[in-house]
Amino acid sequence: MAINKPNEVYWEEKVGFSEKAWVLLSIVACIVMFMVMVAWAIAGKQNPPNEAYRVSIPSFAERAEAFIEKYKVDEENGIPVVEAPEDEDSYLIARMFYFSPVLILKQNQTYRIRVSSLDVQHGLSIQPVNMNFQVVPGYEYVLTIKPTEKGEFLIVCNEYCGLAHHVMKGKIIVK
Amino acid sequence: MAEVLVEARTCPVTGLRVVKHAENLIKVNAVFAVLALLFGTIGAILIALTRWEAIHLLPTDLFYRMLTFHGMNMLVFWIVFFEGAGLVFASTIVLNARQVAPKLGYLAVILMILGFLLTNFIILTGDVNETAVMFTAYVPLKAHPLFYLGYILFAVGALIMCILFFLNVYNAKREGTYEGPVPLFTYGIAAAAVIAVFTLVHGALALGSAFLWSLGIIEVVDASLYRLLFWGFGHPAQQINLAAMVSVWYLLSYFTVGGVTPSEKVSRTAFLLYVLFINAGSAHHLLVDPGFGAPWKIFNTSYVIYMAVLASLIHCFAIPASAEIGQRKRGFNKGLFTWLIKAPWSNPAFSAFFISLVIFGFIGGASGVIMGVEQINMKLHNTLGVPGHFHGTVAAGTSLAFMGLAYYVVPLIFRREWLSKFWARIQPFLFGGGLFLMAVSMNTLGRLGIPRRVWETSALVVPYKELLQATLGIGAVVAFLGALVFILHTVLTIIFGKRVEGKPKFPEVVQVSNPDEKTSTPGTIVLAIIFFLYLAIMYTINWYWLSRVWEVR
Amino acid sequence: MREKKPVPLIQLLYDDIFLMLLLGLIVPALTYTIWGLIEIISKKVLP
Ligand code: HEM
Ligand SMILES: [Cu+2]
Ligand SMILES: [Cu+2]
Repeated sequence: MAINKPNEVYWEEKVGFSEKAWVLLSIVACIVMFMVMVAWAIAGKQNPPNEAYRVSIPSFAERAEAFIEKYKVDEENGIPVVEAPEDEDSYLIARMFYFSPVLILKQNQTYRIRVSSLDVQHGLSIQPVNMNFQVVPGYEYVLTIKPTEKGEFLIVCNEYCGLAHHVMKGKIIVK
Repeated sequence: MAEVLVEARTCPVTGLRVVKHAENLIKVNAVFAVLALLFGTIGAILIALTRWEAIHLLPTDLFYRMLTFHGMNMLVFWIVFFEGAGLVFASTIVLNARQVAPKLGYLAVILMILGFLLTNFIILTGDVNETAVMFTAYVPLKAHPLFYLGYILFAVGALIMCILFFLNVYNAKREGTYEGPVPLFTYGIAAAAVIAVFTLVHGALALGSAFLWSLGIIEVVDASLYRLLFWGFGHPAQQINLAAMVSVWYLLSYFTVGGVTPSEKVSRTAFLLYVLFINAGSAHHLLVDPGFGAPWKIFNTSYVIYMAVLASLIHCFAIPASAEIGQRKRGFNKGLFTWLIKAPWSNPAFSAFFISLVIFGFIGGASGVIMGVEQINMKLHNTLGVPGHFHGTVAAGTSLAFMGLAYYVVPLIFRREWLSKFWARIQPFLFGGGLFLMAVSMNTLGRLGIPRRVWETSALVVPYKELLQATLGIGAVVAFLGALVFILHTVLTIIFGKRVEGKPKFPEVVQVSNPDEKTSTPGTIVLAIIFFLYLAIMYTINWYWLSRVWEVR
Repeated sequence: MREKKPVPLIQLLYDDIFLMLLLGLIVPALTYTIWGLIEIISKKVLP
């Protein structure tokens, strides 16, 4: 049948009741799933950020370095540790093969973190919360983020970025 | 009606006229498909035993090289070569038509073979920094120019195959060898071919610009633009598989149990929905990207209000229903599930068909719908959940369905009797069962935050990590054996198998006397409702998990 | 032989593989590719 010719006017063949009911149920499910996604985008608390800019790599690097210089409180294995200000945007640099700086955040405080890459694409994966974002060179992604739990969180790179991809790490400390 | 003289024979089983050039093209495609599968399978076991960190087989650079090798050979070469064979079959033999411009057909295949050889050569021998770039080769991670060139040659060859498909269909109508609506199988393959044209145009744009950039002819390629174009290729390429696989399912249900779709109209509507809306799903890869806003993401990732999911749900009913109809007509009419229990499980084409259907739905389809939700994707993007998903779809689903079809292709096209019924019979269970275990392990590890494409994860403390990596590895070994049995058995049969005289003995092609009669399908209704509930539960749980993470907007 | 029934218009549209090709290229090119390009181009550029 599947390789034979169908009825010349297959359009007029009756559709069985159970298949009709199944199609109807499926249509309802599809519309519901779509509405849920739209509703969450409007009212939900976890949504992929919408704010992003095109930017040249030096422009981002310059502003990020100035930010680190201004708010640096310490150093850890050569990576600056920064207390993120509450009233100003923070920066997070991804590059082969580390994230910089280590950011210190306060629980339940909202921050605007500007993320970009200085070389190839990377993945920003905050663990063990397990939140993941793509980091694309030439694009500055503004994550408006509110950590709701305390602790030390690991950032791992989860976009292949070269042979040392698996050692690329970073850290966020929530106090 | 123009009578065109072409060399042909008549198939003793299906009664179809097998034209010479079409048969040759199918054979060449099939041979290279199996070769690519062999390469991919060798890569598979090596990387899987590395991801099982208790074994941690390969050193770093070899791991990334083999990961690229595996992805390219499986996803691109094995699948597209096989589909090339399907395109020829559906547009010539099924339509009782000749192959238009056979020379162009051979040229297309030669381009594909050149691309296949070139890319594999450079992946295996090139400087690892320039060749272990994954099949995605995201700009600005620069690959060797020959890597892109091989990729492009292959894509151009495949595009010519698609164009020939449409020319064949056009010609069949013009010469009057075929009139009226095309068979459902050809309709589905046509849908696949349409999707393929969209896909390959995007591939040519993405890889073409990266190629020029790697040669220094253009200075930059915008990374977001590349992602947009690449996934206009990479994702729809899997939708070609989907449409082709669904067509193969319809075909196998007919060959193995005499199944017919409950409704031509509804099944064709589903294919049309694929054609119109499924390519929007390319956005699945860009949901946590900076380059695109929420309205674009939500509209596209939902395949325009889930119209392509609707299509899959339609097939999810129509395909088991078609098997049930066939079985009931053959007399297995008692109760709800006698048709399924008494199904020809010892026919590898049937078991491959049904196992791939079930794993595709429960593992691949369900996880795909879930991780395609714009917000939930934040929890799964680039985790091991992604390979978990697509080993359910393209590996256990498409690849196993294609293997099922190969159990007929070898005796009907290569005209050889299978060497061993035993190995043929257990092969789908090995391959499907192994991949099931591996995909479930990957999905779980991904939900716990373990990334994909990494050589080691010692910094990540995750419950049951060692256990899940072990089940991943064991599943991989079983699947590897399943793939190897398939490859060796096929190759040895083609070389040493007895020539088929008349009708092949194995596997059986069911002949039903009343092909168009339809019955009701109570068993399928129950199966469909079970699937629906499972999907609803998984969907809800994942929203709950998302609601537990930090607030972000 | 039975007299041939006229084929409904909607089925003729369904059966037209070339119409399928046309729409299958135009629809996703608009929703995904063109709209996506506009998204990228319309991103504000930071100095
Ligand atoms: C023989 C059975 C198979 C085994 C054991 C296997 C195993 C694996 C493993 C362990 C990975 C690595 C995951 C990671 O580290 O990110 C992987 C990746 C992948 N597999 Fe398979 N696989 C098999 C069959 C297939 C088939 C049949 C296909 C497609 C038709 C396929 C397509 C892919 C792709 C596209 C990737 C991603 C490569 C990348 O991230 O660039 N696999 N596979
Ligand atoms: Cu990285
Ligand atoms: Cu990386």
